[in-house]
Amino acid sequence: MVLLPEYKVVAMCLAIPGKVEEISFNGLIRVGRVNFGGVVKNVCLDYVPEVEVGDYTIVHVGFAISKIDEETAKQTLEDFRTLGLLDEELASEEEAFARAAKAPQSRCPDGSCESK
Amino acid sequence: MKYLTEFRNGEIARAMAREIHSVATRPWKIMEVCGGQTHSIIRNGIDQMLPVGIEMIHGPGCPVCVTPLELIDKALAIAAQPGVIFCSFGDMLRVPGTEQDLFQVKGAGGDVRVVYSPLDAVELAANNPDREVVFFGVGFETTAPANAMSVHLAKRRGLKNFSVLVSHVLVPPAIEAILQSPGNQVQGFLLAGHVCSVMGYWEYPPIAEKYGIPLVVTGFEPLDLLDGIRRAVIQLEAGRHEVENAYSRVVTFEGNRAAQKLLSEVFEVSDRAWRGIGVIPKSGWKLSEAYRAFDAEERFEISGIHTEESALCRAGDVLRGAIKPAECAAFGKECTPRHPLGATMVSSEGACAAYFNYGRYLSAEDLASAGSALTGAAHE
Repeated sequence: MVLLPEYKVVAMCLAIPGKVEEISFNGLIRVGRVNFGGVVKNVCLDYVPEVEVGDYTIVHVGFAISKIDEETAKQTLEDFRTLGLLDEELASEEEAFARAAKAPQSRCPDGSCESK
Repeated sequence: MKYLTEFRNGEIARAMAREIHSVATRPWKIMEVCGGQTHSIIRNGIDQMLPVGIEMIHGPGCPVCVTPLELIDKALAIAAQPGVIFCSFGDMLRVPGTEQDLFQVKGAGGDVRVVYSPLDAVELAANNPDREVVFFGVGFETTAPANAMSVHLAKRRGLKNFSVLVSHVLVPPAIEAILQSPGNQVQGFLLAGHVCSVMGYWEYPPIAEKYGIPLVVTGFEPLDLLDGIRRAVIQLEAGRHEVENAYSRVVTFEGNRAAQKLLSEVFEVSDRAWRGIGVIPKSGWKLSEAYRAFDAEERFEISGIHTEESALCRAGDVLRGAIKPAECAAFGKECTPRHPLGATMVSSEGACAAYFNYGRYLSAEDLASAGSALTGAAHE
């Protein structure tokens, strides 16, 4: 197997699983406090009316899009953590900006684009 | 960095790869549509676990990289205007327009912000009534429900200072465009799991029937991908062409009905240009009449911006598998990740960038298969 360089995938098509810990209604949408392996974020639950506290759901850019079972959620979280994708997806705005600032254009991983 | 064999269930992965080896009697070309799947395949070495004749062709599925140059230029023009707060996903900041990128606009004094969710942009609009807040709404069907909800909420809240620069693209028309193109080599597709979690896969049986190709709904993890490839190969060997769901723990046939309902209210189908590929009919969404007031293209004076794509770029040929990235005359010369021409080089998820960054185009094996693709492709 060829050795691949350390590389972070662009996360825009990723959706990550989390556990719904709390549900409230903000007057317009149903908002869940969703725990992604330790990091908790507010998530819109309007597209998953069947989801209740204690359920696991897949979340994409702040929106729950699908309910999944606990085992699936835990395995996926473990894999994403191993791949280093969790930190990236859950970064704060400051972290995300700092990362984008440091990233070379088109995110060439090791600067090799320059020398080739 | 972990490799697939070290992964949880490495043994299952090896067993699946063995089954693909035992089933495959002929070469097959299979396209994974989603850019996230492309990188999972490459970084986990899944393509190298496959029999020599089973070739994965990397599809157009990165929303960042298919956003046409003209729209990037429009985004840059809006973001540079005084009084504007321009919000985007982080991925878009470094995507180059004709002259610069969003990050450079920020450096020159533009108020460009990264948001995690389009709802954050709606909040910004509510909290800054004296500013124009613009959200760069790119993405496939996965991201569209989030963007649709942001516009819907802005309307319900009566926010006059919120708008969206929309560049939504759709998977089924892109698949059909690839299948209809002359010299197409793709014989089967892995469908993007999270697109299907929203849209279901009810749109695909007519495509499987019309073109006689298997389509397998597939997830992103290494085992998911191997399973998707395995099922596609089994169908191809058996001469079957069905839509199959290899990601049933997340995807249902109907998809997310609530999301589809709002999507059909907020958006309507439109023609869309894809970077380096050109216009694909009915391959995108724009805001529907009821929400047109939130269209940034209408609100700002940018209708004069027209940007031609590069004539050198052969991203369309790469996408339909007619050529390998290294066979394009511009590859590594006029076109690099730092100075990309087409969709396939713009993002790290694009096929050309993936080849460039991983140095795959240098391997003897790849050059050999590039040669066979050349002789197999009908060149215009």
